[in-house]
Amino acid sequence: MPSMNMIQALNSALDVMLERDPDVLIFGEDVGYFGGVFRVTDKLQEKHGIQRCFDAPISEGGIVSTAIGMSAEGLRPVVEIQFADYILPAYDQLVSEAARLRYRSGSDFTAPITVRSPYGGGIFGGQTHSQSPEAIFAHITGLKTVIPATPYDAKGLLISSIECNDPVIFLEPKRIYNGPFDGHHDKPLKSWKEYPEADVPEGHYTVPLGKSRIVRDGSDITVLAYGTMVYVAEAAIKEANIDAELIDLRSIVPLDIDGIVASVKKTGRCLIVHEASKFGGFGGELSALVTERCFYYLEAPTQRVAGWDTPYPHAFEWDYFPAPSRIVKALEKAMKV
Amino acid sequence: MTKRRIISLHVPDPVSRPGDAPNFSELIIPEAGSVQKPAFDSKEQTLRDLPFALIRTLDDNGLAKGDWKPEVENDDLIFALETMILNRAFDARMFVAQRQGKTSFFMKTSGEEALGVVPSIALRSDDMCFPTYRMVGWLLARGYPLTDLMNQIFNNAADPLQGRQLPILYSAREYGFYSLSGNVGSRIGHGVGWAMAKAYRGLDSLAMAVIGEGTTAEGDFHESLTFASVYKAPVILCVTNNQWAISTFSGIAGANETTFAAKALGYGIPGLRVDGNDVLAVWSVMQWAEKRARAGLGATLIEFFTYRAEGHSTSDDPTQYRPKDEASAWPLGDPLERLKQHLISQKLWDEARHHHAVAEAEAKVKEASKASEAIGVLGTSKSGIEEMFNHVFEKPDWRILEQMKELGL
Repeated sequence: MPSMNMIQALNSALDVMLERDPDVLIFGEDVGYFGGVFRVTDKLQEKHGIQRCFDAPISEGGIVSTAIGMSAEGLRPVVEIQFADYILPAYDQLVSEAARLRYRSGSDFTAPITVRSPYGGGIFGGQTHSQSPEAIFAHITGLKTVIPATPYDAKGLLISSIECNDPVIFLEPKRIYNGPFDGHHDKPLKSWKEYPEADVPEGHYTVPLGKSRIVRDGSDITVLAYGTMVYVAEAAIKEANIDAELIDLRSIVPLDIDGIVASVKKTGRCLIVHEASKFGGFGGELSALVTERCFYYLEAPTQRVAGWDTPYPHAFEWDYFPAPSRIVKALEKAMKV
Repeated sequence: MTKRRIISLHVPDPVSRPGDAPNFSELIIPEAGSVQKPAFDSKEQTLRDLPFALIRTLDDNGLAKGDWKPEVENDDLIFALETMILNRAFDARMFVAQRQGKTSFFMKTSGEEALGVVPSIALRSDDMCFPTYRMVGWLLARGYPLTDLMNQIFNNAADPLQGRQLPILYSAREYGFYSLSGNVGSRIGHGVGWAMAKAYRGLDSLAMAVIGEGTTAEGDFHESLTFASVYKAPVILCVTNNQWAISTFSGIAGANETTFAAKALGYGIPGLRVDGNDVLAVWSVMQWAEKRARAGLGATLIEFFTYRAEGHSTSDDPTQYRPKDEASAWPLGDPLERLKQHLISQKLWDEARHHHAVAEAEAKVKEASKASEAIGVLGTSKSGIEEMFNHVFEKPDWRILEQMKELGL
């Protein structure tokens, strides 16, 4: 089985779907001839033709809006928003149209679009190339929000998203496109090659939406994370020498509530880690759900480690980024009670 | 002594307000038949005067003039008139129903009947309309059941949208009528995308996407024109310029500086400006744009120059912001009356037939209304409450299932 990094795995998912389903087409800024600024659509135009993978005007609203129209007609467009920071011009289309079309028309019209977008920091992108906007999509009923953390999942989840009959926001943790990142920015980069999660089958397979992945079994505390933070949390757990159960949520809508509840009931403690700002972040929803459903099993207050409530600051990247040391502190705090 | 200001903030205001006499003296209205009709496959560069013209065919005597006279069967014209009569009867009855508390909200089409009815007849059954909320005529012309419209308006147990949607925001895929929404303008790009999908499949069916003149100020409009132009989408983009966006006159959307049809110039697509109260002229520009789109020559932008003869909706009183008799002073008249005059001039229609058609339409509407009210109206009848939770996703997730249970379902 070939070893792929996340970019190659995503490219393979798109290639497989273009091959399998003539209704699938791809467009977005720089995705055509050039193959995307992160190379996720590399050679797809050459292989499948210009009508299947083409460049779009710099118009996120126009990209999503025309994609919705195509999907209402019956196509399955996969569009790229170059950075998740740029998705806001399309927010009205996602909220008022993609998320509501099925509901308001009684499924007379639906919008099975997939909106791919690289998100998250750790790449010195400053405040306009680093944000994690997942909470503003999770809040919108009618949208699904998927975030892979491994090459294997990236391909399987993207295929599931394209085949899904509901609109999907597919956020790609760009810091781990080329290798997992444990938060220690001063250490040498790791390659996906050493990881079994980088063994990606060439053909079609799916990873279901709404099913979390247990990264590490444990009995002391449940750690909930997604995207890049899965690896940062994993490193912190090792450093704290705590027997934590680490769960990669894979998708936040649909959310694997059963998996979360089972784990927290087992461990009696919960720590939530995300890169997005803390206040109003998705961690708040997770914390509330854990409290509502596991209160009598909890031995300590649920902890959250998240980005600070500031915009993403360029020069202070590593002061902002939730480092393993902050996660270690939170783990120790939770274990003290 | 105050210094005379050279620069001051310019805020456009209409010529006349309540208490003033209606004043349309600044409108330039060319003679019917005076605008030349270019071949449908003309290069856009040769069409750049058209956005500033006003295509008219019917003169003051109801006679069709000039080369924009459409190729239309007499029966189709008669059917258009009958459908506009039905539209007006439907509006009258539903407006009263709202006042009687049978529904929360309604919007009349008054003065704009031609713009729903004519494209519906002119285009094909496999074409899709991305309408505004003042285009019920499209559905009426295609035989959508009156009772279903009313069931939706009353949100009763037979509402085809099961109570999820505000009155009149219909959806009828089978009738080529895309799902309406209360957010104006946000579906014009869907029309472009739909048309791109048809082109992608190599099919010659097209999309018609309509917004109001006020909404041309939204980014959606300009994004849609860009995509339509870049990808030569087989779409007919239309601006219904009915002069008023709720209480805001068209000058606030830029009408004092240029025409809405002229927005096409910046995108390199043809822009046509047509008398929206002239059924024959509307028919003709639709046919021209249709031929162009089906020949693979891409989009056309059409400005329907018309007048919103009544309030925006049941929620506003137009006498609060414009002269009371402005509608009757509109120099381009009433679309229904003008078509009637034309058909009479051609000996295809007469007063007796007209009288009969009005009575028949009113009877049809009354009958449908009775049938719908027998099922129920807002507050007395609705779909099962589980419908509130249906169609959020293809399959409900645990949140929906738990909340249904919480509500006792």
